[in-house]
Amino acid sequence: MVKLGSFPRGIHPADHKGLAAEVPISVLPLPKLLRVPVQQHIGAPSAVICKPRTTVAWGDVIAEPASFVSAAAHAPVAGTTAKEVAVTLANARHMQAVPVKPAKEQPDDSELWQALYGGDWSLLEAELPEPDQVCEAIRQAGIVGMGGAAFPTHVKLTRNAKKPVDTVLVNGCECEPFLTADYRLMLEAPAAVVAGARLAARACGAERIVFASETTKPRALDVLRQASAGQPRCQVMPLAAKYPMGGEKQTVRAAVGRTIPTGGLPLDVGVVVINVGTCAAIAAAVMRQRPMTHRIVTVSGAGIVEPKNILAPVGAAVTDLIAFCGGLRPDAGRVVSGGPMMGFALGDLDVPITKGTSGLTVLSQADLHVAEQTTCIRCGRCVQVCPLNLVPNRLGLASRHGDWDLARRYQMTACMECGCCAYGCPAGIPLVQLIRSGKARLPRKAAP
Amino acid sequence: MSDSAAAAVVAAPVIGAGPSPHLHDAATTHGVMRDVLIALLPVIVAAIWVFGWHALLQLALASAACLAVEAVAARWRGRRIPLADGSALITGLILGLSLPWSAPAYVPIIGGLVAIGIAKALFGGLGHNLFNPAMVGRAFVMISFSGVLGAGAYVAADAGDVLSQATPLTAVRGDGALPDAWILFLGKHNGSLGESSLLACLLGGAWLCWRRAARWEIPVALIATVALLALLGGLAEPVPGLPALHLGVVGHLGSGALVFGAFFIATDPVTSPMSRRGIIAFAILIGLVVWILRVFSNYPEGVMFAVLVGNAVAPLLDRWTVPTPVGGRVPA
Repeated sequence: MVKLGSFPRGIHPADHKGLAAEVPISVLPLPKLLRVPVQQHIGAPSAVICKPRTTVAWGDVIAEPASFVSAAAHAPVAGTTAKEVAVTLANARHMQAVPVKPAKEQPDDSELWQALYGGDWSLLEAELPEPDQVCEAIRQAGIVGMGGAAFPTHVKLTRNAKKPVDTVLVNGCECEPFLTADYRLMLEAPAAVVAGARLAARACGAERIVFASETTKPRALDVLRQASAGQPRCQVMPLAAKYPMGGEKQTVRAAVGRTIPTGGLPLDVGVVVINVGTCAAIAAAVMRQRPMTHRIVTVSGAGIVEPKNILAPVGAAVTDLIAFCGGLRPDAGRVVSGGPMMGFALGDLDVPITKGTSGLTVLSQADLHVAEQTTCIRCGRCVQVCPLNLVPNRLGLASRHGDWDLARRYQMTACMECGCCAYGCPAGIPLVQLIRSGKARLPRKAAP
Repeated sequence: MSDSAAAAVVAAPVIGAGPSPHLHDAATTHGVMRDVLIALLPVIVAAIWVFGWHALLQLALASAACLAVEAVAARWRGRRIPLADGSALITGLILGLSLPWSAPAYVPIIGGLVAIGIAKALFGGLGHNLFNPAMVGRAFVMISFSGVLGAGAYVAADAGDVLSQATPLTAVRGDGALPDAWILFLGKHNGSLGESSLLACLLGGAWLCWRRAARWEIPVALIATVALLALLGGLAEPVPGLPALHLGVVGHLGSGALVFGAFFIATDPVTSPMSRRGIIAFAILIGLVVWILRVFSNYPEGVMFAVLVGNAVAPLLDRWTVPTPVGGRVPA
């Protein structure tokens, strides 16, 4: 019996995963136009290298990384480019996007699936490429973390003599309610996930690979066990089902038992955390020279007619995905890019999805109830659930009054905005919003 | 929603935006207050069982006074009258439950006035008061009308059996003995209205903690502290003039307002610290002061003053017990 990994505090919201968990991944019918944003990642925007009206093949580079911490963008389909247009992404960033008008001739759905996730992913230990080659292939493929933060993956995996890595932690925890994209991928393409994890371990020099997912996904744990059986250095770690288990700090604590320092990275404790979708993308990039042009997106929630898990090209519009799911229900009240705990509410549905779009959660009006706002009665529920052991109500107060001494004393910048505090606040105080705005306004300490 | 508005929604969903998290559980401030009121029910029932209409009268007067002052204060401050949040009713009930059955009618009324008017409204209303309003009201009448509220007030020669006993804590100061533990547990003994039945306090307290309307660490740490001190005190040589030193664990826990106060008064979230270390220190401090007052002071009971002392240092405890974030403090 493996000991169940967990972390202190956190919450147990209803997961609503039943809506889409048993819906197999389907391929999005090709939209009339794709718009590929130039900055789908953390880091410098990519530099567009193709002129308007260029004919591109599937996977051709259309924008190159502008620095080390940046990522390339590729044509998600064969087609013709057009003059750049301005788009506003779900996270409210304004940027340029390269429109690609798909050509008539395209691979059919099963060819697309076979190319990206299907077929044989066996990889002999002796055939593993050199670490530099793996990193270079990942960089050229424009791979970024698909769990949400979209940090360029080659940066994480490049070896650093000062900070050796001993563990690759494959994050199969999908703790946001409603989302099932990673779950479906684990079930439908476990071999690609395992191959990608082995390549990642090869790149960063890790001695072991830990696959982690919650006990509420026993089938995912099973297929990972089967797919990694007989592979050296692999183990599967079941974790407690609670929110925010998928957060990097929480997963590392629960699966490996190490605590990432505040303001630090998993690298500081010898761990590289990679989302399962990113692993599959690494395998496709290294073994099949396929750049990151598609991803799996869950569209779910009480406000969508037919919840689905969709294999969609980057640059497809949110409206395309919603239409494929039968449209919005009359009582739909909010469309969220990502999950309902940390996702961004979309003000405009005509925006392209990116490499980091893990899902679209369509909430009904009834889902959106918030307790009527009263003064804080200091009940302490926010303190009892904060996974980072902060005091959210004091942080909210500090933000509201611009009391930056208080904000620093209570470690405002350590907050990761997971939303546990605001989820359970009986006084209906928008704690996350207050803290977020407080962090943005917090003056930098004056130089001594 | 009118029919025409419903039709409009069918035509096109109204999509709005808002900050994350987009989901919330069903907790509300009203709900927390409702849970406290439910938890008070067994205590109120026990008080009426023991003291009859005397209890009913005290509770009604104290609650009416608190609600009336709350309404007036809200009007003066230009607020919607927030009686529905239930907090003023809770203050009134706890004030009433802390009074002896024999208190003259002006006592609960003046107590309620001071509790809500001075201890709560003047500080800014719900969530802003430094001291537990009910205990401020209780302390005010205690000091102002000590003649009708002292230990003797609990005893009336012409009343029935229970009502003419000395309270257990007073009895041990004279030559009296404690009632049986069983009587202390069920509550057929004299005392303030809410403190007589241990069983009722435990029932209500369990509900409070289970519903997370109170944090369980407070009653546990507070009662454990007094129990430990009672044990240690029992080991000491008897000292003339300090009879409560040898009251024993059963005596300390079963008599007086300790259990009632531990579950219903010290747990007031507004006037207790936030962090876990803070509330445990807070509860231990209150327990310590209760024991000191009971053993060394002229008052037979000390819960009220102990809670007020705890309230006074709660902000300081908050300041001293800022939790360290997981992963350590933010690097400078």
